Amino acid sequence: MNVAAPFEGIGASVRRKEDLRFLSGRGQYTDDINRPGQTHAYMLRSPHAHAAIRSIDLAAARAMPGVLAIFTGADLAAENIGGIPCGWQIHNKDGSPMAEPMHPALAIGKVRHVGDQVAVVIAETRAQARDAAEAIVVEYDVLPAAATMAQALAAGAPQIHDAAPGNLCYDWHIGDRAVLDAAFAKAHKVVAFETTNNRLVPNAMEPRAAIGDFDPQSGDYTLYTTSQNPHVIRLLMGAFVLHIPESKLRVVAPDVGGGFGSKIYHYAEEAIVTWASAKVKRPIKWTADRTESFVSDAHGRDHVTKAELALDAGGKILGLKVHTHANMGAYLSTFAPCVPTYLYATLLSGVYSMPVIYAEVKAVFTNTVPVDAYRGAGRPEATYLLERLMDVAAAEIGLDKVEFRRRNFVPVDGFPYQTPVALQYDSGNYFATLDAALETAGWAGFEARRKAAAAQGKLRGIGISTYVEACGIAPSAVVGSLGARAGLYEVGTIRVHPTGSVTVLTGAHSHGQGHETTFAQLVADRLGVPIANVDIVHGDTAKVPFGMGTYGSRSLAVGGSAMVKAMDKIVAKGKRIAAHLMEASVEDVEFERGTFRVTGTDKTKTLTDISLAAYVPHNYPIEEIEPGLEETAFYDPKNFTYPGGCHIAEVEIDPETGKVAMVNFTAVDDVGRVINPMIVEGQVQGGVAQGIGQALLESAIYDAHGQLISGSMMDYTMPRADDLAPVSVATHTTLCTHNPLGVKGCGEVGAIGSPPAVINAVVDALRDYGVRHVEMPATPQKIWNIINGGRRMAAE
Amino acid sequence: MYEFSYHKPASVADAVKLLSADPEARPVSGGMTLLPALKLRLSKPTSLVDLSGIAELRGVKREGNTIVIGALTKHYEVATSAAIKAAIPALAWMASTIGDTQVRNRGTMGGSIANNDPSADYPAALLALGATIQTDRRKISADDFFQGMFATALEAGEIVTAIHIPVPEKAGYAKMKNPASRYSMAGVFVAKGSAGVRVAVNGAGANGTFRATAMEKALAANWSADAVAGIKLDAGMMNGDIHGSADYRAHLVTVMAKRAVVNAG
Repeated sequence: MNVAAPFEGIGASVRRKEDLRFLSGRGQYTDDINRPGQTHAYMLRSPHAHAAIRSIDLAAARAMPGVLAIFTGADLAAENIGGIPCGWQIHNKDGSPMAEPMHPALAIGKVRHVGDQVAVVIAETRAQARDAAEAIVVEYDVLPAAATMAQALAAGAPQIHDAAPGNLCYDWHIGDRAVLDAAFAKAHKVVAFETTNNRLVPNAMEPRAAIGDFDPQSGDYTLYTTSQNPHVIRLLMGAFVLHIPESKLRVVAPDVGGGFGSKIYHYAEEAIVTWASAKVKRPIKWTADRTESFVSDAHGRDHVTKAELALDAGGKILGLKVHTHANMGAYLSTFAPCVPTYLYATLLSGVYSMPVIYAEVKAVFTNTVPVDAYRGAGRPEATYLLERLMDVAAAEIGLDKVEFRRRNFVPVDGFPYQTPVALQYDSGNYFATLDAALETAGWAGFEARRKAAAAQGKLRGIGISTYVEACGIAPSAVVGSLGARAGLYEVGTIRVHPTGSVTVLTGAHSHGQGHETTFAQLVADRLGVPIANVDIVHGDTAKVPFGMGTYGSRSLAVGGSAMVKAMDKIVAKGKRIAAHLMEASVEDVEFERGTFRVTGTDKTKTLTDISLAAYVPHNYPIEEIEPGLEETAFYDPKNFTYPGGCHIAEVEIDPETGKVAMVNFTAVDDVGRVINPMIVEGQVQGGVAQGIGQALLESAIYDAHGQLISGSMMDYTMPRADDLAPVSVATHTTLCTHNPLGVKGCGEVGAIGSPPAVINAVVDALRDYGVRHVEMPATPQKIWNIINGGRRMAAE
Repeated sequence: MYEFSYHKPASVADAVKLLSADPEARPVSGGMTLLPALKLRLSKPTSLVDLSGIAELRGVKREGNTIVIGALTKHYEVATSAAIKAAIPALAWMASTIGDTQVRNRGTMGGSIANNDPSADYPAALLALGATIQTDRRKISADDFFQGMFATALEAGEIVTAIHIPVPEKAGYAKMKNPASRYSMAGVFVAKGSAGVRVAVNGAGANGTFRATAMEKALAANWSADAVAGIKLDAGMMNGDIHGSADYRAHLVTVMAKRAVVNAG
């Protein structure tokens, strides 16, 4: 080779291999797949938030053209089909387990949210199935709805589940109440604060879809589904719902167009099409339209919180007390119970040294769509609470908001840092990310920009958020002890083919993350194989041994580490083969990026020499080493990983309309070792876009009867390009100390750090109006109400 | 969608014949409103009469002191027409703010005004400019044509063929967009011309687009943003929803009126 190939290993901004098919319309998404003899399913959904089902009359519908079958909850119950399981059990303060009502795939006796599945029609075409669904006559006895948590917890509230008296799922806590009370008793100042974390609709660009394909010849089931974790679906659906052994059930998640958490869960439609396919003996495809997605994809966030921060006279934090109500929606979705507990309350120390924390969380059922993890899953809620509280407290004690934070940061030499809420941060440097962000954002020069804007009649504000989060989930034993019903290791297989190309099988699942590129970079870096010769295989339980999927920013930290361990085994075996081929002892063989060398000599062998020898084992130590060059590793992380950083938002408010415009946004994040800087930048920008969406635009709104008023893009405000501002992304690296790559994960940090930075900026912009807090989303109407109703205070 | 028949007549006469014969038939031009309604199964016409094959409905021209816009003229064409940009730049600018690029390449002025969505832009411009709507059988003044939310003077089977707009002396437009739908939440078009001084408001009214007569009087006496700054319309006549209360919309009307006057120059 005459020209040096561009570097493709760790740290290179390699362009994504998968983009060619995505950008030219050749991605293969679930709805693009068509199975021979395919039929179509249409779900009949409840128009009521809470109702008893008196009768379902299918006669007219069954007679309609093209209809093959119609099923209801009674049909599933008759075959002992299980309810949709919950994957995490939380215990109450008294040690008793949470209320865990049954979650039927099709309603039995009652519907509990607008959108709840009532029946499924299978027909030759989707239009025919939909026409027939409209002919189904359901007699409902409408019941009063508990649309909000307050309604659900009120005395005499409608009872949503018999198994959950008072609509309470659990009453959980963490921390030592007595120690906390003692700390508060000695406080110089206690700052009280209340806030809501607004409910969001995930709106991944690709709606959910599922194809159930039963093969009558073999008795095997195949499910194609828009999932972030096909093995998890196979386990949950096969073991708990349909009672199909894994050996007879294959789950394939092809290209998936975004998930953000909403495609983690096992959904009823997956079980329904799989089961029904065996009934009609033909494949069944179901694809949601957007309106349906709004009322059937798990929503995110939805907390109401009261908090108190205790401070000493010097502005040091003495303790934090938090009480949160978390909305579960009508049924428990797969991970829902852990989101406001172990992914939220354990982050309440933030980047600060806090001697004691006590948090209580009550999870509440309501007649709304189930709520579960959504980009950040609990950590945005924790960060938002903390970073708003820090600004409010700084104002109340008269300390500069940046100085107040610095005074309480975990010191640079304070790691590993054990928080009072279970987690131990391995590494970090909150001062470095803060200083870099302040510099980039021009924090020091802001006053001049504020005055210039004021001269134009506009209100400018700047806001900061310093955060840490816990991801790279997770150590199996730890989460098991906390109620998880699964392990959270990951699996990687490295298969070196005879002529040296490599196939990697991973249990992670890319739904936008760029794994086909970044995982290939790991192989290029370690084994010296060009990326073009590295194939990443994911998303098919028939090909990949096992895996827990992609969410919680775990794919690199856990999935990548599994690959590294598997490559360790490849190199170890390769060295033994090389030693034989070069007639050296294995201790004298070194390996670097594709070349085995006898130390201190010119004797070398390439990886391809080794792989060929392994598969054509003629000159080969066959008595000692098996042929072949393929290794698998299961990696269970020793701890969560802890990315952190500083986000700064600058906004400008038009006081006549109340509209908040983003001026610019600065993100400096510590995501550990950076594998592909371009992808990190994309991830952070995307996360920040979603965080700005939450802060200024998005809100899933139910009326008092449980009708979703913001039920389409006409009323649910998704961020568009002109709602955003340039997002400057920089990283500052402190390595993760406990995984072989030193990576921390970057998928969610953008959505975690940004909402409080934006709201802090909005409150700052409204400083002349004596505003203590603005609830998300800070819509023009809300801001105008403040400006119109508030007294404008004298400037000087 | 439900099933429907599809027709593409080549002349106005054929289109009117098809529409008059069947009250459940619907005309379609750009389809930017009708097609989403069909997909959501909110509408069940027996047939669609596609007007896009009727050449005489296209084109923009200036006839003396009147701009004549064919009913099938797309928003994109209104936004970029040299004749409109020269004579009524506020109308060209308005058209450039409708929807997005894809909508502007399909949506038409005839379709928009025949629908008279209270959040649409054009009705306010036509009211303020004192336009005349020409149909297959008569001419109707804008004041008589727009009759409230989704209501026009069109009879069964009658279609808009062209819009005649007297060139104004001054005209300006400003609007506050609904953050989610990006339709107008409160938009004000002001104009001074042969029809006098007129102020028309879209998006905010509880019964569709209307003329703000108090503002017209004030502006006629004194053409300036200050003249309308102190006039706040009655919140009782405004829409309210999750994006904006009636009170807020009444306030926005005043703000947009001021900005429209400034934009008029």
